[in-house]
Amino acid sequence: MIDILYFAWVRERIGLPRERLETNAATVADLIAELSAHEDRYAAAFADLSALRVAVDQELSDFNAPLTGVREIAIFPPMTGG
Amino acid sequence: MRIIVQPDPFDMGAEATAFTATAKGAGAIVTFTGITRDNAAGDLQAMEIEHYPGMTERALNDMAHQAMTRWQLIDCLVIHRHGRLLPNDPIMMVATAARHRADAFAAAEFLMDYLKSRAPFWKREITASGTDWVAPRDEDEAALKRW
Repeated sequence: MIDILYFAWVRERIGLPRERLETNAATVADLIAELSAHEDRYAAAFADLSALRVAVDQELSDFNAPLTGVREIAIFPPMTGG
Repeated sequence: MRIIVQPDPFDMGAEATAFTATAKGAGAIVTFTGITRDNAAGDLQAMEIEHYPGMTERALNDMAHQAMTRWQLIDCLVIHRHGRLLPNDPIMMVATAARHRADAFAAAEFLMDYLKSRAPFWKREITASGTDWVAPRDEDEAALKRW
């Protein structure tokens, strides 16, 4: 099981702040493809990967990151702090 | 080193005074405070800041550790608010203490550049006509390259 968190407009498009899923996806990119194929709201949120950032177990990472042993991933737009 | 992530307002003067009082041996204190700016149309009602609890604190801690390692700092402070802010409200503050000003200025700029694009905060502007997520600025991403 893996926890997936969504923030900002990604959260709004998907309609959930977080969910827990069972997946056989090998990487973050595979998981995104799996979700996008499953439902339109995911396809809409993940349509442009260049507009998304990913964190794996609360560390900034990339779409090729493997999911083996990972507990939590987060998908969100570029950050706008400060 | 202190990292504070909170919804509550803070008093930048009181924070700067307290920070200075404990920065033994410092010859320079640099502080930066970010303020909720009105939008171009001048009709900002509020700014909402969302963050990623847990990762936010980790990311800020990591940035502060890097700053302490890269420059001769005596101490540093990062305060960042989340939740609903009104125009002119302080959003965040960075303070650095060093023996000499060059280290204090450089570390404060480094912390600000990283806070803008690498700490998991997202701003949303609320106006009479609706709400809009603030778009990231290319300049902010480009600013990281100098470090």
